Amino acid sequence: MDFPTPKNLNYFWTFGAILVMCLGIQIITGIVLAMHYTPNIAMAFDSVEHIRRDVNGGRIIQAVHAVGASMFFAALYIHIFRGLYFGSYKAPREILWILGVIIFILTMATAFMGYILPWGQMSFWGATVITNIFSAVPIVGESLQVLLRGGFAVGNPTLNRFFSLHYLLPFIIAAVVALHIWALHVPGNNNPIGVEVKSKRDTVPFHPYYTMKDMFAMVVFLIPFAWFVFFAPDILGHPDNYIQANSQVTPEHIVPEWYLLPFYTILRAIDFNVLFIDSKLGGVIAMAGSMLLLVVLPWLDRSPVRSGNFRPLFRWFYWLFVINFIGLTYLGAQPAEGIYTLLAKICVAYYFIYFLVILPLLSRIETPKPLPTSISESVLKKAHA
Amino acid sequence: MATQAETQTTRRDFLYVATGAVAAVGVGAVAWPLINQLNPDASTLALATIRFNLDGIEVGQSVTILWRGLPVFVRHRTEEEIETARETPLSELKDPQTDAARVKEGHAEWLVMIANCTHLGCIPVGESGEYDGWFCPCHGSVYDTSGRIRRGPAPTNLVVPPYEFLTDSMIEIG
Ligand code: HEM
Ligand code: FES
Repeated sequence: MDFPTPKNLNYFWTFGAILVMCLGIQIITGIVLAMHYTPNIAMAFDSVEHIRRDVNGGRIIQAVHAVGASMFFAALYIHIFRGLYFGSYKAPREILWILGVIIFILTMATAFMGYILPWGQMSFWGATVITNIFSAVPIVGESLQVLLRGGFAVGNPTLNRFFSLHYLLPFIIAAVVALHIWALHVPGNNNPIGVEVKSKRDTVPFHPYYTMKDMFAMVVFLIPFAWFVFFAPDILGHPDNYIQANSQVTPEHIVPEWYLLPFYTILRAIDFNVLFIDSKLGGVIAMAGSMLLLVVLPWLDRSPVRSGNFRPLFRWFYWLFVINFIGLTYLGAQPAEGIYTLLAKICVAYYFIYFLVILPLLSRIETPKPLPTSISESVLKKAHA
Repeated sequence: MATQAETQTTRRDFLYVATGAVAAVGVGAVAWPLINQLNPDASTLALATIRFNLDGIEVGQSVTILWRGLPVFVRHRTEEEIETARETPLSELKDPQTDAARVKEGHAEWLVMIANCTHLGCIPVGESGEYDGWFCPCHGSVYDTSGRIRRGPAPTNLVVPPYEFLTDSMIEIG
């Protein structure tokens, strides 16, 4: 608790603590659900309904877990976009950032497998579509896909192993979070002006200042969380997932959970062959690439100024990137036809151009605004302004 | 003398390498069963061959059957569908294949294909799409009356599983 923390952190810096809380909520409610759930294709769907209808308090516990996944991702995205704006990924925080990206990818994998467990139509077809992605790998693709599914199609073996892994992965995430926080404690926090801590005057002790601020933020975060749980537990899900899985009928329109939509759009936007790479492999490469770009981001954006507040040009492209990302999310939920396919290609193009062209270029041509000499100076100036 | 001892391979070097090799083989021998258990089990493989009677499927009708857990389309094609499939020039195809190569000789009216879209595995809807073949609602792949990919993200034609005609009205898949 004796961790000197910059005194100018704003509320975007509370999301790390909120994420720890979210992980805790998922683990506790998950362990409870596992006491009543049956991972068998004949019984899984009914066992979830059994939890929702018969188990004491099951209706709430199941809703907390399902809504919790969405809230987890909402917090993750805010946390990541905070880092993107304030340049938190820059030296000396590269390891911290990369561990964060690993957490993000592991969390997506966990959430995806969790969504298979109720064995509804979207569960089944989501699993089919995603395991099919692996068949795009050259040469070993088909065998890899069969190995993952434990059969030629998604079936009981698939459900069983996904349940096993869905239980395991959050504990691995918890371990990586421990490393993430350790990596945070070495360089210390970044802050909204992106100027490193220079003296004791720039910091306050973590406790009680930030423990209390974090707790207040958690309470505020729990308000919409509770609203969803009590008043609209199913609103974030898809109605088709309340129909039991049927391997012979594909739902009208397969949509993953909202938080996976941006990457889903990237996956399916590539509907043309590029040289010897066919459209299917191309989509997979684009999707994997969009995540791997985050890993190398610290080396793409070479601007020495961290905070977007002092980068007049960067800000425009950053906010366009945010809008574009929301666009990718929206398009993932639309059918792949007509104008949507074109828009998807434009949004995917901007996603890649932002990282690969705009950020490297900006670090060369942009003239940043003058930086305050220290955190205290900027805080005091604000007080007098 | 000392330098000679260093450059020559000694008994000890041999023992090091041999120990390492045994350890590597040992780790592999333990790891492989742990990975292989993920592969399809005996009960899944037992369903690998099935027979199916074609009697009663009218011209223009399709049925979907299950083979190895995968849905399979069996379609009794109309004359018109066969004609359009045959007349399509190969140059218009993304994955060029003649219609004849996708059916059994003398049984051109029967089209048997795995029903999973070759993109990401959804089940396309029959008698729809621009080519009156199949349309995959997931990401918009369009197949023709021979199940060949015409447009959209799917890379290849719908897969024809290995099968044979035992009699004129009985096929064996697998
Ligand atoms: C379960 C998921 C995660 C948890 C529990 C978690 C937790 C935390 C905590 C407690 C902090 C310190 C407080 C704060 O600055 O908000 C932090 C900082 C940070 N996190 Fe995460 N995090 C998670 C995921 C991620 C992801 C996915 C990324 C990026 C891709 C990321 C990037 C960062 C960075 C760059 C910092 C340092 C920022 C700064 O102090 O300015 N984190 N994280
Ligand atoms: S699964 Fe058919 S188009 Fe993607």
